[in-house]
Parts: sequence; structure tokens; C-alpha cells
Amino acid sequence: MSEALLQVENLKKYYPIKGGKFGKVSEIVRAVDGVSFSVREGETLGIVGESGCGKSTTGRMIMRLIEPTEGKIIFQNRNIMELSKHDMRKARKDIQMIFQDPFASLNPRHTVGHIIEEPMIVHKMGNRKQREARVEELLELVGLSAYHAKRYPHQFSGGQRQRIGIARALAVQPKVIIADEPVSALDVSVQSQVLNLLKDLQKKFNLTYIFIAHDLSVVRHISDRVGVMYLGKLVELSESEILYTDPKHPYTKALLSAVPVPDPDIKTNRIILEGDVPSPAHPPAGCTFHDRCPVAMDICSKERPNFKVLDDGRMISCHLYD
Amino acid sequence: MSEAILKVEGLKTSFFTDDGEVPAVDGIDFSVNEGEILGIVGESGCGKSVTSLSIMGLLPAPPGKIVGGHIYYKGEDISHAKESRMRKLRGNDIAMIFQEPMTSLNPVFTIGEQLMEAIRLHNHLSKKELIERSVELLKLVGLPRAAELLDEYPHELSGGMRQRVMIAMAMSCNPKVLIADEPTTALDVTIQAQILDLMVKLNKETHTAIIMITHDLGVVAQMCNRVAVMYAGKIVEEGTVKDIFNHPEHPYTEGLIKSIPDLYGKKDSLYTIKGSVPKPGSITKGCLFAPRCEFVMDKCQVNRPELLGDGHKSRCFLHQGQGRKEVRK
Repeated sequence: MSEALLQVENLKKYYPIKGGKFGKVSEIVRAVDGVSFSVREGETLGIVGESGCGKSTTGRMIMRLIEPTEGKIIFQNRNIMELSKHDMRKARKDIQMIFQDPFASLNPRHTVGHIIEEPMIVHKMGNRKQREARVEELLELVGLSAYHAKRYPHQFSGGQRQRIGIARALAVQPKVIIADEPVSALDVSVQSQVLNLLKDLQKKFNLTYIFIAHDLSVVRHISDRVGVMYLGKLVELSESEILYTDPKHPYTKALLSAVPVPDPDIKTNRIILEGDVPSPAHPPAGCTFHDRCPVAMDICSKERPNFKVLDDGRMISCHLYD
Repeated sequence: MSEAILKVEGLKTSFFTDDGEVPAVDGIDFSVNEGEILGIVGESGCGKSVTSLSIMGLLPAPPGKIVGGHIYYKGEDISHAKESRMRKLRGNDIAMIFQEPMTSLNPVFTIGEQLMEAIRLHNHLSKKELIERSVELLKLVGLPRAAELLDEYPHELSGGMRQRVMIAMAMSCNPKVLIADEPTTALDVTIQAQILDLMVKLNKETHTAIIMITHDLGVVAQMCNRVAVMYAGKIVEEGTVKDIFNHPEHPYTEGLIKSIPDLYGKKDSLYTIKGSVPKPGSITKGCLFAPRCEFVMDKCQVNRPELLGDGHKSRCFLHQGQGRKEVRK
């Protein structure tokens, strides 16, 4: 595979909580706290984690829909953090996003044709006739029909709406697509249709995906490499095959063992974690996972583990592997 | 197995809307035995939640109405029971847990007040006994600091803790049947694992029968004894967990199982069921699954199959008369 197309370095997003008489900053919520990874051209990087771990914030920061507090995002050898608003708008032609909720992410007052055409208008692509032809082509590409362009979003089912969202993202021929929980609102039988479509499109256009989801089986199916997030940090990142067959971080292990498998003959040894994910405003000292970790040591509550690379190429942040 | 504690026969529930009658549940039969965990699975809109609301007598009426069939609890038909009778049964004999732990607790009352209200309605206990019983229940569902929690409000608890409180409330009067409608859908996997573990433990300790309504086949495989698969308001297949997952008969069940991505291996592309779930009442002739089925035959378009079989039942012509293997060829 080729070198990194997109590189994220030490990305952070802090939200200050203001309180008191003069709106003084009383607390800081560390939604994303120093995340680094790279994505190669044509691959799919999956990001998994539980709610509140910062995976969606990370996705949105790459598009700069949320302005990062700190960090670098290098896309095609350019740090897009330094771009002006105007230049960023242009850069978004190459990075597009598919959103989770197919009911909320399409404007109910616009026809599907207009929804798909709009990004092309924004980026001044082609004339009206060419754009209309492109809309029809896109609709057929995602498994809908050309006559659907005249309809409104409410006339479509959830799965079909997600296809429209995909067509809109593809309209400007992006290089990278960030998919934020694209199938979590869909039923299984429809989910598999959309997943297959995403895979086919990737092959056809050599797309690069950053696939954010909480469903571990879905992420395994679609991803080449997977990163696991916990409380705003990546805890383990590796080839998906390695991660799923031999998880090393205690959190990854617990997460994988907690997934109910649709086969009554498989009895998994569930690692049941105690308690809940702590609030990102008051993360535990040291390793943020130590208070729920079944194998925590003394050092874990004192020192924050560094992200290091193991022999098999996986990156992990855990004192067990120092 | 012991005898059925709850039995549903030919239940039909319809919604009367401006566009006419919509049959959400269209003649279903199933029963739950004492101490058993029955799973009801299906995709959105298949009628699984309406089934549970019909049993509890909590249908929004109008527009919802039970238009046919019977629901027997210990031999008593409760499908058209008076509200006063249902009030006695609800909580005491049949209890329910809902999907949204965020919205099913009242935000302006403390956990203790809400928990004690449920107990007080069905038992005559002194204040002191009430508190004791509440603390005992919160401990039963594995909540730490039980005594302090009584004075806290729902917003101070996390999603998983709220769902534990809901389970404590449902278990407060030792119900014989517990209906859990997507109890873990809103929760993260690690919290889901905690809650499912707790439900199985309670089922073993108290012998409460559980009807587990879910769209997640993984949850069913891991905790249920028997499963009923619903599609478009009907049960299309019913059997033990092993029957359903190892030898699915109905093409819909088979398709559902095959379309889940595998956690233990990687496939190139996933199996898909073409099309999407039909609107209730839109298919009037033939098998409801015929338009999406890959084994569809001529008679499927004309006749509607019955739910037949011994123990492992399915609503499909492939298993009635002409064998499936012949059709596959």
C-alpha cells in the first residue's frame, strides 16, 4: 500500500465549562485528548468505541466542522489546520462525510436531485445540464433510479435515504469519505445492503474511508485497520485481523468479549467491566482505564501509558506491554 | 418443561388511522412457560412492540385496538380485561421494562419515591419496610451505594444505572412474567453485557419468565431458550434457539442470520435480503415475504402459508409438502 494520504497528529478538543460569577472556566471536558493516526490511500480505517469516547468529534475535526483545540491534520502534504475558511471550503471537496441519521441529514424541503446537486454547485462543477446528468448517474450508482431525483426525502425508507447521503458525498468525487455511524440507524437486512454498497464503491473509485461506528462486527467487516478509542484517547490500533483475533489491550478484550454473538453454540468468556465510563471532565489519573481494568497495576494509577508500537505492528497504550 | 404461564392465541391488533385500518399484529400465537426466556425478534415495524403493549393493556387507544384473539394469563383471558383488573396484574404479575431508560423514569421524583410507589401500590408495608425492600432491590440489581441512591434523581445516574433501576422496579413485586422491550438497545456493549448478565441471573434466581423483545440476534442467541421470529405482523418461525440458529427454515430467518457481519471472520460481501419491509396491510394476497424471497414459487404469490410444524414451526411452503432441496435445484 502507498504512503499516508491523511495524517492526524496529536489532535485535541477541549470544551471549557464556564461557571461562577464572571463565567470563569471551572472545568475542562477533554472530548478528544491527543489522538494520532494515519490513513493510507484506498484503505478503510475503522474507529470504534462506546458513546462519549470522542470518535464522532474526531471525525468532525478532520473536516473542521468542529475546530480542534490543538493538533495537526496533514492531508496530501498540507496541514489543513492552517487553511483559511475559504481554502478549507475548497479542501472539503476532497473530504466528504456521511452522517448517522438519514432522517435528519437531508433537507426535507429539497428534492433529492437538488440535495445531490448542491455540493457540485458549491464547488462550481459543470453547468446545469452536466450536473443533472451527474445526479442521475449517481442515483443509479447507489442503487436508486434516475426518476427518484424529483422526489422528496420523506418518500424514502431509511436505507434509501442513506443511499442518497452516499450519493451526495460522492457527487464531488472526494478522495476520503468519513462515515460517522452510517448504518447504526438501519435494520440488519438493510444494513448489509448499505455495507456492500460502500465496499463496491470503494473498489470502483479507490476511495479511502474513515469508518466510525460502535458496532464491532460491522467495523471488522469493512475495515482494513481498526483503532479503539476510550475516553478521548486511542488505546489500540492495528490491522483488523490482528486486533480481532488477538486483542492485547484489556479494554479491547473486554469490548470484544461483550459483543453478543448470533450463534448459541459459541459461549464467550465474557469479561464484565465494572461500572461506567468516567466523565471526560474528570478522567482518572494515570491510565484513564485503570479504575475499570481487571488487570490494573500500581503504576497504572500514577503514570499515563505512552503509545508504543509492538512487534506485530500494532500500536497500544498500556503499561502491560512496556 | 412446565406449563404455559402466558398464552397468546390469534392476537390481532390494529391501528385505526385516517387511511383506514392498519393491522400491526396480524394473528400471532405463542406461549411462555414458567422460568423460560422467550425471544421475539424482528426488524422495525414488524409488530413486536405492539405485541408487548397489547399484553400489558397499554395500547394507545384510540387509535390502537385488539380486534381479535385472546391473551391468557394463568388461564384467565386478559385481552379485554377491565382497567381495574389490569392495574392489579401490571407490576404484580406481569411487569415491563422499556427501551429508553432516559425517558421512562420521572425526572422530578427521586429514585426512592418512584421505586416505593410501585411497591406500595401492590403491598401494605410500613415506611420502614418500604425503604428496606427498596434497598434490597437496588442491591439485587447490583447497584452500589443503594441507600444513598434512594435520595438521588434520575439525572444523576448513568444510562446503565437507570436501566438497573427500571429492572429493580419491574422486579419489585416478584412478577411471574417480565416483558423486556429492547432493554439494552440504548446502551453501550460493555453496559449491555452487564444488564443481560443481570437478567439471566434474576431469571435463574426468581424463576420469572422473560419475554425478550429485540432486533439483535446476538442478544437472542446468548440468552433465550426459545425464539419467535416476526415479520410484517406475523410469526414466521418459532423454535428453540438451536433450531433457529443452526437450522433456520424460513428464508427470512436464514437471510437475517446471514446478513450479520461476523465478529470472528471476514467475508467479502454480506448476504442481503433485497427490498425492504412492506407496509402493514399492503400485501393482501400470498406470502408476506414472497416479494423479497429468493426461493419464491408460484403458490407463494397466491396462497398464504400457515405456521406449521412440531416444536420447530415455520410459515413457509418450502417445508410443507414439497421439500426445500428440490426448490433450490
